[in-house]
Amino acid sequence: MAAGVAAWLPFARAAAIGWMPVANCPMPLAPTDKNKRQDELIVLNVSGRRFETWRTTLERYPDTLLGSTEKEFFFNEDTKEYFFDRDPEVFRCVLNFYRTGKLHYPRYECISAYDDELAFYGILPEIIGDCCYEEYKDRKRENAERLQDDLDSENNQESMPSLSFRQTMWRAFENPHTSTMALVFYYVTGFFIAVSVITNVVETVPCGTVPGSKELPCGERYSVAFFCLDTACVMIFTVEYLLRLFAAPSRYRFIRSVMSIIDVVAIMPYYIGLVMTNNEDVSGAFVTLRVFRVFRIFKFSRHSQGLRILGYTLKSCASELGFLLFSLTMAIIIFATVMFYAEKGSSASKFTSIPASFWYTIVTMTTLGYGDMVPKTIAGKIFGSICSLSGVLVIALPVPVIVSNFSRIYHQNQRADKRRAQKKARLARIRVAKTGSSNAYLHSKRNGLLNEALELMGTPEEAHVGKTTSLIESQHHHLLHCLEKTTVSPSPATPTPPPPLSGFRTHILKLVQLQKSKSVPFRVKSSEEAPEEWAVTEVGPALPCSALRPHPTLHPSHGPFSVTEAKGSACQSPSSNGQISRSCYGPQRRISGGPTLVLGDAL
Amino acid sequence: MKLLPCSAAKTSSPAVQSNVEDELEMATVRHRPEALELLEAQSKFTKKELQILYRGFKNECPSGVVNEDTFKEIYSQFFPQGDSTTYAHFLFNAFDTDHNGAVSFEDFIRGLSILLRGTVQEKLNWAFNLYDINKDGYITKEEMLDIMKAIYDMMGKCTYPVLKEDAPRQHVETFFQKMDKNKDGVVTIDEFIESCQKDENIMRSMQLFENVI
Repeated sequence: MAAGVAAWLPFARAAAIGWMPVANCPMPLAPTDKNKRQDELIVLNVSGRRFETWRTTLERYPDTLLGSTEKEFFFNEDTKEYFFDRDPEVFRCVLNFYRTGKLHYPRYECISAYDDELAFYGILPEIIGDCCYEEYKDRKRENAERLQDDLDSENNQESMPSLSFRQTMWRAFENPHTSTMALVFYYVTGFFIAVSVITNVVETVPCGTVPGSKELPCGERYSVAFFCLDTACVMIFTVEYLLRLFAAPSRYRFIRSVMSIIDVVAIMPYYIGLVMTNNEDVSGAFVTLRVFRVFRIFKFSRHSQGLRILGYTLKSCASELGFLLFSLTMAIIIFATVMFYAEKGSSASKFTSIPASFWYTIVTMTTLGYGDMVPKTIAGKIFGSICSLSGVLVIALPVPVIVSNFSRIYHQNQRADKRRAQKKARLARIRVAKTGSSNAYLHSKRNGLLNEALELMGTPEEAHVGKTTSLIESQHHHLLHCLEKTTVSPSPATPTPPPPLSGFRTHILKLVQLQKSKSVPFRVKSSEEAPEEWAVTEVGPALPCSALRPHPTLHPSHGPFSVTEAKGSACQSPSSNGQISRSCYGPQRRISGGPTLVLGDAL
Repeated sequence: MKLLPCSAAKTSSPAVQSNVEDELEMATVRHRPEALELLEAQSKFTKKELQILYRGFKNECPSGVVNEDTFKEIYSQFFPQGDSTTYAHFLFNAFDTDHNGAVSFEDFIRGLSILLRGTVQEKLNWAFNLYDINKDGYITKEEMLDIMKAIYDMMGKCTYPVLKEDAPRQHVETFFQKMDKNKDGVVTIDEFIESCQKDENIMRSMQLFENVI
């Protein structure tokens, strides 16, 4: 029930007394408010900003966090307020929802942050008011597209060994950058398209005269050469088309697509020309067919994204173009009629009929002004000038709409490409940061090991040798250690014999020895090559720490309980190396690169 | 009841400007209720209860008055299964004691005070006033039929068992048989109160909503 209506409920219930005298049956008992409290102000402290509201305001929506007893989990006994460690800006919108019953979406807010907050407070985004719903849905769609884009590009970058030959071929066709073969193919086809178009053009150029006959176009003079070139091009195109047809995941859809139709139209005239005999009556049709060869130039749209965008823009502006055409037609007919009747009187006028005047009107409205048809009467001249003035207006109106459409789509495309490029750069930067931090981390880990060991020895002065790790980190390590303890199995072949239980000092010394010895590579390489190993002997059951350590990108601020990682960090599963792979936890999402640390042998 | 000066009635406004001014007046009509102490004295609510009531009222009607359409809208939200407009209309008339087409906060409080904190006599009086549509002191069969039809409309068609077409009429007959002592075809206030006081069910149900606020 809407917030406002809930406020009227007492009134409606009171007015129900009006039914009582006419009622035939006794009324049911009224529900009692067991813990009826006086309405009180409650303080909601959101990251330091205090919001206060009545308890009843919040209880209007009992299925949300604030309206139910769930908020008691956030009650702070000392300050007698509810503390939420969340964004206060978005909380403003949430609280206004309780107050007014309408949920608004602030335009400056990031859509995913907003969604997260709504999910936290248990509010469905569907109840966003009409005033803000459009904006919210648009932003959500853009975000989804972006995510889908990222997912697609990620899928593209991942090497999927299980692709069939057909699928690899299709990928090569669609994305020439995936392999060298695809790139070669791409350039070869582009070259042959250019060659074909140029031969079509040059065919018609008049070459020098052969003595004894009139000037011939090059096509007829060197007909054999041109024929060979044409054949070669068509063969390449045919092969390409058949290969694409073979590789297409959905052949039916491929056949219906625009590009394949262009391909077919480009190569058909040649075959029809081969099949047809040199008959006189059909030679006219044959000539017409050669015109279709010019469609080969459209094959370039596979090679140029700008061309594709232009085509897509024209398609999406179909209504604007239609309007342009319609208004032009109207204007042409009007002015042609007027001009015809204005020029009817003058002698030897070229305006012989209204359709004949169409030509004049078109030429004038588009400000071409060939001058082959000119009005001679005064009335004709007046209307002619009106015609040319209005032509400018009529054409200038729909054109900006088409231009802005093109600009929007083009920029969208650019944005997608830019995002991909930025993502690559960003990941590279993260990699560099990771290696830096992981070095520091290992350093501290080493010192931490020493620290813990020294602490166990019971000498407080020595306990603080070396760097201290944060409480969270030590708790995390402890947790990982427990996990390791749960799952580790003794490995059969160990490089070093188990140390005698001769006290901790010798153990630590052994540790240091191992670190210093060259047998254990200690650096962490930041490349994707063989994962590093860090074999540390498990120095007896008393020493709590082992070689188990988490991936350095685990965010320390996530608290001791969150072993799962934030988005964006990676944990490469080292199981492929055949090592004991217990050091991997959290989501298995891979980001290419990044150091991998593998648990070495544990005694 | 104080009106803001901008919405004070203009005595002589030229006909040409009247439209603009009317719109202005309608847009800026604000009713401020009487002081809290006065209302507390007039009604049977405590200060705190009045505060809670006014907060809810003002939230819904920032202008300070409820008009009939709002009434109908509110009721249709409470009883979505049927058509509550007729009953809301009657109820509006019952609340709008000074018959100026708008229920102000004072009217609201007056009505609620009777319904929630009044004596049984006052409540029955109020109910009689509700049924007596033309406020002539008598409930006729036609008036009762209208009221009954309005209540049955509010119920809607989704009842089990399905109500018959003439259920309102039957109900009116039952009502008149019970209430109309001298069988003169109308029910007066005394007959009404007397008959209701004799009926156990009605007496009990009058106390039902005592603790709504």
